[in-house]
Amino acid sequence: MSILQIQDVVKKYHNHLANDRINFEVKEGSLFGLLGPNGAGKTTLIRIITHITLADEGQVLLDGKRVGEWVTREIGYMPEERGLYKKMKVADHLLYLAQLRGLPKNEAIKEIKHWFDKFEIGSWEKKAIEELSKGMQQKIQFIATVMHKPKLLILDEPFSGLDPVNSKLIEEEIINLKNQGTTILFSTHRMEQVEEICEEIVLINNGKNVLQGNVTDIKKQNKQNTFEIKYEGDAPVLPTNIEVLQEERGLIRYKLHDNTLPNDVLKDLIQKTQISSYREILPTLSEIFIKTVQKD
Amino acid sequence: MNKIWLIIKREYTSRVLKKSFLLITILTPLSIVLIGVVAGLMTASSGKSFNIAMFDESKTIQLDKIEKNEDKYTLVDSKKFESLKKTYSTEGFDVLVKVPKLDSLTQTSMNVQYFSKEKLSIKNINNIEENIDEAVEEYKLSNSSIKKEDVDNLKMSVSLENALNTEESSANSGENSDVVGDKSSKLSSIIATGISGIMGFLMYMVIFIFGGMVMRSVMEEKINRVVEVMVSTVKPFDLLLGKIIGVGLVGLTQLLIWMILIPIGLMITAAVLGIDTSSTATSTNMLDPEMMKAIEEGAKAEPNKIAEFLTEFRALNWWLILPVFIIFFFGGYFLYSALFAAVGASIGDDLTEGQQLMMPIIAPVIIAFIMLQQVIVDPNSNLAIFGSMFPLFSPIIMPARLAFDPPLWQVGLSIVFLIAGVVAVTMFAARIYRVGIFMYGKKASFKDIGKWLFIKG
Repeated sequence: MSILQIQDVVKKYHNHLANDRINFEVKEGSLFGLLGPNGAGKTTLIRIITHITLADEGQVLLDGKRVGEWVTREIGYMPEERGLYKKMKVADHLLYLAQLRGLPKNEAIKEIKHWFDKFEIGSWEKKAIEELSKGMQQKIQFIATVMHKPKLLILDEPFSGLDPVNSKLIEEEIINLKNQGTTILFSTHRMEQVEEICEEIVLINNGKNVLQGNVTDIKKQNKQNTFEIKYEGDAPVLPTNIEVLQEERGLIRYKLHDNTLPNDVLKDLIQKTQISSYREILPTLSEIFIKTVQKD
Repeated sequence: MNKIWLIIKREYTSRVLKKSFLLITILTPLSIVLIGVVAGLMTASSGKSFNIAMFDESKTIQLDKIEKNEDKYTLVDSKKFESLKKTYSTEGFDVLVKVPKLDSLTQTSMNVQYFSKEKLSIKNINNIEENIDEAVEEYKLSNSSIKKEDVDNLKMSVSLENALNTEESSANSGENSDVVGDKSSKLSSIIATGISGIMGFLMYMVIFIFGGMVMRSVMEEKINRVVEVMVSTVKPFDLLLGKIIGVGLVGLTQLLIWMILIPIGLMITAAVLGIDTSSTATSTNMLDPEMMKAIEEGAKAEPNKIAEFLTEFRALNWWLILPVFIIFFFGGYFLYSALFAAVGASIGDDLTEGQQLMMPIIAPVIIAFIMLQQVIVDPNSNLAIFGSMFPLFSPIIMPARLAFDPPLWQVGLSIVFLIAGVVAVTMFAARIYRVGIFMYGKKASFKDIGKWLFIKG
């Protein structure tokens, strides 16, 4: 069942169409990737989902209800451009944000303690935000986003500015939250991360959604009928029904001509040389992304 | 509502608990007390007396006629004068004066030369000139057929008084009330003028200091991107409102502390040092030299005049003045700080580039402040009435008119316009704020800001 439904959302700024009839749905408990190049309209859409701005047309439903002020309790949003009050103490700051999201004080204190223990950062409690490194501030930012146990977590470029260690830590937490049933909308232009963790994606370009669906399905739909074999011994004489893309010692990449079956080529090659590996080359999301965006 | 309260609390405590707030809140009264002490010491020391040797060529001057103030005069003859030219300072004189021969009794001006190592202050020069003036006048009189009384009788002193006040006071206190009525109505307008100036000036300061504080706070939130996190939990309007109220309360706290600490400080210093620090009131208020003079005279008056001053001070309609002042304090603060917030939101990533955008806000404040000086002189002029109706001017102009008993309908109408103005301006500013806080990079042009007003939600 869909927890989030985006229906025909349009948002216009002066003469610039930031969102042009965007449609998609996010399944409950999934890890969903919202992709698009810079300026595609991702942040605008997120602001509409989080009720920071209003759509000119169309609507956004969370749990079947039109989004309104009530969503601040249900959504945890970590914006791409993020910051904290520099002079505030870490614990005070977290408490402030938690209370603004409607968490009662004692519950907020309990949650803060829980996350401090989890990240082993209890000693930061009384430090001012400005005393923390950027990576540390990101952790606090993350805690602030998830502290009130939102149903829907929206992360806009969550890994930007994080070192590999902290990146890994946050990634693990994201997976953890997903396993606990939180739906996660993950907005980024960095495809390799999406490939690793997202099940479904929507690709936005120039304010329109141009591609959407299951990551594996999308890759299959976009495959080019290209294969790679590795062999041992002498180079085989290649059949005529393929187009060779790359050939070096021990490796051949090729594309099948139309109406040629993969197995026919393989059968032919097996007789000529000792094959050590064989695989179909699926396009990376990044390649699909670039191709789609350029075509658009 | 709960969210706005949380924001107010944070905005308030984060400022009030800062060391700089404590420092400014305590240092300001201290420095005012210090200014009072210095001013007091200065008035005490400005009465430095001189030992003056005077050579009077035509022997017109009689000593007993001129030694009215602290300066001590010694008359010398021409021989002594010549020798004193070189030695006056070693013989214990500070100043050597030569009054030239009077050519005739009809001569009306003369140049008097003086020798002094020290440069004489304007006050000293005035004293000496005045003394010689009077002495020569006496001399001329004594050589004419006119009697001094006749000259005195020619003079006339007119003072204008409010007929209503005089009638009231004579009805209240019987025979010699005419005199009291005369003095007090003049005194009351001096007091009213002083209070007007102080109130107008206070509003001017409040708008700039605390309006500026709101602006900086908005800019900082925008620049370090906290605002992104904040608006995902609260409506931009609530954030703006909480901020304005929070900072306003900080301002009010500071003013209240000052209102308590400054008089106490002045009283303690006055008691300890035994000097008259009341002149501080005049040195902090440099609006109008005439007014300063008037207040100064009032302050230097004899004890019974001070009592009169206090009576008149209490007789002002404080039940009207204070509540209305508070309304205008909040109204003016709200109106302008909302505008300052809009400017803060329109600024790009560079804190310094706000100047141009601030011009449209600073201009009306400055205009109102210039108007204020005219309004104090003529509190019921058309300019004053216009100024107290127009919401961008009224927070400075109307409080200044309060001590002059303005017609109640004008006060009422002014408040109605002010409230309407606050609502309209806040809506306008909030629309700019709401869009501006997300616009990073370069500062907005006025054209951009105009477009922002029409973006939905």
